Amino acid sequence: MPSPGASLIPDLLAGSRRALAQTISAIEDGVVEAPALLSALYPHTGRAHVIGVTGAPGTGKSTLVNALAKAYRAAGKTVGVIAVDPTSPFSGGALLGDRVRMRDLAGDPGIFIRSMATRGSLGGLARATADVISVLDAAGFERILVETVGVGQAEVDIASAAHTTLVVEAPGLGDEVQAIKAGVLEIADLFAVNKADREGADRTVLVLQMMQGLAPAPTGHHRATAGSALPQPGPQEDGSWLPPILKTVATRGDGVEALREWIERHAAYLRALDGWSRREAARAATELERILRDRLLAHLLAALPADRLAQMVTAIVRREIDPYTAAEQLLTQAV
Amino acid sequence: MTQRKIRVLIAKPGLDGHDRGAKVIARALRDAGMEVIYTGIRQTPEMIVEAALQEDVDVVGLSILSGAHMALCPRILELLRREGMDDVLVLVGGIIPDEDVAPLKALGVAGVFGPGTSTREIVEFIRSRVSDASAVDASGLAASAVAVGSERP
Repeated sequence: MPSPGASLIPDLLAGSRRALAQTISAIEDGVVEAPALLSALYPHTGRAHVIGVTGAPGTGKSTLVNALAKAYRAAGKTVGVIAVDPTSPFSGGALLGDRVRMRDLAGDPGIFIRSMATRGSLGGLARATADVISVLDAAGFERILVETVGVGQAEVDIASAAHTTLVVEAPGLGDEVQAIKAGVLEIADLFAVNKADREGADRTVLVLQMMQGLAPAPTGHHRATAGSALPQPGPQEDGSWLPPILKTVATRGDGVEALREWIERHAAYLRALDGWSRREAARAATELERILRDRLLAHLLAALPADRLAQMVTAIVRREIDPYTAAEQLLTQAV
Repeated sequence: MTQRKIRVLIAKPGLDGHDRGAKVIARALRDAGMEVIYTGIRQTPEMIVEAALQEDVDVVGLSILSGAHMALCPRILELLRREGMDDVLVLVGGIIPDEDVAPLKALGVAGVFGPGTSTREIVEFIRSRVSDASAVDASGLAASAVAVGSERP
């Protein structure tokens, strides 16, 4: 019987959506052939612009991704979408519901949407997300939108997986405090204040500007004097990039085209200043470290007797040994 | 380090907007450790098959309360076949008259689950029917990786 998977990579490269979907599954499931599949695809990658979309739950990320994908289609670009949702730590299952807000994209061969569960990964992405980005890249999608899980303050993995990171805020989510303490805000290349038709949108913009050091505190004594030139968002004279803050109403498409243009401007900025290759290097370093870590751990565990790890865990729980000494002993035994 | 998960698409084709049942099933399957892609109400057969293809699911669960199952199911099965997805398990839940069950199964629907079915029954049905299929997939992939490896310079 001819094997159905034998032509997976050639079919994928020839544009088969079924082969693309099956390749993603193989990589997500971590089948033994996954590294070989990724090696075969690697020469075809490096063309896509990867755009991360992150933010707290309820800010409208899925709807904004839907609207952005439509804007990119209108601009003639093909779009891959990866939507990540959390895996339940109790059952290992997941409910992936982002497609509900992306139904406008159905029936367009220039779009491919894939839902991913985090499967235990904590950084806002799934462990295989970077690899799935590569697969969509190899399949020829020109823009890849990666929607993270609804993140809090520390889930910043997207910044090392994407070229451009869009942080989505919305009015009335306790933004003032969040803006000050949130690590997520520091990874932004662009801000979208979504649901901008709601009360408080201007205030959310102001809070973000304050955080950038651009605006005086609204209750402060030292108001900016009229005419003092505030720096414009975008590329700065010193070569840095000041993230623009854009108001959008994703459900109506308001402000989405402007957002898309700013995303493109950021890509142009990266390319002009060698930032693109720096981000590529950062992505590659993160990937290589992850792969090495996984492989070293697998290698180490394979070199130990099957129940050795479990014995050590029991000993640690019984306080017969501490975890550091246990790790040291396991390393010595394996090497 | 394989972590194979059963992936299920839960969809509501047709025009009725009552999705309580679909959501209960979606949650039960998630709690049974499956990855459930929920697509929402008022899906066309084309939208459902496109989502099933992109998400590479093992199972498509259709919730139909409108009485249009004899029109919707054949269309969905035909589209799945056209995409080469004959191996996908198609389940139907909702209000299905007894006399329609046999014709639906003849068309290729693997299971019909009416009101009162326990979620455990559906979970067990899926588990028993999907585990075999995944073994075939993996052997196909092995051949693919070898073929690709040998082509590279």
